[in-house]
Amino acid sequence: MKSTATNSDTSKVSRRRAFSPKDRLTLGVFIGVPTALHVILVWIPAISTIALSFTFWTGIHLDDIRWAGFANYHNIFFSTPVFWDALKNNVVWLAWFGLIATPLGVLLAYQIDRQIRGHAFFQTAYYIPVVLSLAVTGIIWNFMLRPDGFINGILGKDITNPISFFGDDRWNLYVILTMASWRHIGYIMLLYLAGLKAVDPALREAAALDGATEWETFKKIILPTMRPVNIIVLVITMIESLRAFDIVYIIYGTSGAQVPILGTLVFQNISGEGQSMKGAAYATLLFILSIGPIIAYLRQTFKEDVK
Amino acid sequence: MSTIVVNKEYRDRQKRKDTAISIFIGIFALAWVFPLVWTLYSSLRPYIDLQANGVFSVPETLNLENYFNAIRRMNLPLYFTNTAIITIPAVFLTLFLGSLMAFVVSRYSFKTNVALLLFFTAGNLLPGQLIFIPLFKMYIAIGDAVGNRRVLYDSHWGIILIHVAFQMGFATFVLSSYMKTIPKEISESAMIDGASVFTHYFNIILPLLRPALASLTVLMTTWIYNDFFWALVLTSSDNKRPITSGLGRLTGEFVTDYNLLAAGAMIAALPTLIVFFLLRKQFVSGLTLGSTKG
Repeated sequence: MKSTATNSDTSKVSRRRAFSPKDRLTLGVFIGVPTALHVILVWIPAISTIALSFTFWTGIHLDDIRWAGFANYHNIFFSTPVFWDALKNNVVWLAWFGLIATPLGVLLAYQIDRQIRGHAFFQTAYYIPVVLSLAVTGIIWNFMLRPDGFINGILGKDITNPISFFGDDRWNLYVILTMASWRHIGYIMLLYLAGLKAVDPALREAAALDGATEWETFKKIILPTMRPVNIIVLVITMIESLRAFDIVYIIYGTSGAQVPILGTLVFQNISGEGQSMKGAAYATLLFILSIGPIIAYLRQTFKEDVK
Repeated sequence: MSTIVVNKEYRDRQKRKDTAISIFIGIFALAWVFPLVWTLYSSLRPYIDLQANGVFSVPETLNLENYFNAIRRMNLPLYFTNTAIITIPAVFLTLFLGSLMAFVVSRYSFKTNVALLLFFTAGNLLPGQLIFIPLFKMYIAIGDAVGNRRVLYDSHWGIILIHVAFQMGFATFVLSSYMKTIPKEISESAMIDGASVFTHYFNIILPLLRPALASLTVLMTTWIYNDFFWALVLTSSDNKRPITSGLGRLTGEFVTDYNLLAAGAMIAALPTLIVFFLLRKQFVSGLTLGSTKG
């Protein structure tokens, strides 16, 4: 271990000495162009949004920007009940994904990895929705759920008196969540399945010989071995739940009032209330909520590099 | 002796359980594909047949009539052209720039390497909502500065650039972890032979990246093809939209044309389904290269 470290240290020095001006230019361009693009189009706007969330601005002339302090946030927290509805919906979303969809994806991966009968077909079936765009997903589910759609038809509901899956406040969030899970479960299954391939089959055989039940094997052998993948899957679940936007937009449009979530609130306040930068404040709140999972992801993936 | 008996009992029990699990997961699998199959079925039934007999009737004929109508009336060729104009350069540039970054970060030991990689990966995880307001203003300002407001805003280039800037983080991350598996000796011998950095990248490393690039191409194409958000917030003219966000608009317009919309959705899904059936290995390995390392 030590000798390789010294080795790379010496080669580092010799390399640095060997760079010709042309090489230095090449390296500069190789790093410079992607970094500039990334900084200008991603980080500068991101930081600007955070800064703008503390201002009032009509969004037309830069001179019109006025400092607002925490006024936008104050407005959101104390005078915008829909924010709390949205937050609640995002929490429900997170709970649904975290407690139902993601565990189902993991269990599915586990069973498919055991190569139970029909596993190839199962994998295909659960994986198809992952490649479909949410626009297509929205249309497909609309066919199932609209007043003259399949489910109302099979329930024998007349077109004049259908169950309004998207309209009824009692369950429309769960209808949306089912659609979102259609995709999420397959995605998690794929990620987990790839991780499971790396688990030593001998571990599992040993557990089986000891008479461990499937559930015990899963809990005591698979889950601990899969710790890194578990973290990634959890983080993805959290980020997806916070970022959620497409499916709600597809079903309800920008108004999205029926199922408010943070990801669509940003929009309503862009087109609706041009005077403030409330939209930016929503985006910033969304970001603050995402910081935790983002850091967890980075820590997990860069653990070795940072050491 | 007794352990063997226990084992046999255990195996039998396990077998019965496995059958039950198979059946259970199988029923769900059928339910999983059903919405897609139902849409496909609706898309193949002529409108008149549906009108006369209702959705649940046995079809008299199945044909591609809805598909021809959808292509014509929904302007699908235009949307597909837009998608191609956006997706092809975006994927190419993402992979090219990402591979440059990954090359420097993983082949040369600069102190800033890990920081840069962290920074790029973090950028890739930011919610798009945090970016689009200033980006939108920036695009318009750049347009006004060069005398043509639609140089980036409401233009294919604007969408391409944000995709590249955003997805590059992921590509860099995946490619740099892939490059770590390429033996250092290859680079060292290149240096000893006096190869320039440029040659080192183009003639030595780039050809070795082919499998990872293939996986990423499939994955990135699917993602950018499926993107809804950027095309929505950065375009205003309908005729500039790619198919995915175009479809979002058509949903409202053709809401009563049940089977026309079904055909449109199937056509829009077709490229991703082709990718799914032909290139799924690449798709999965691209996805897992990036997320299950470590």
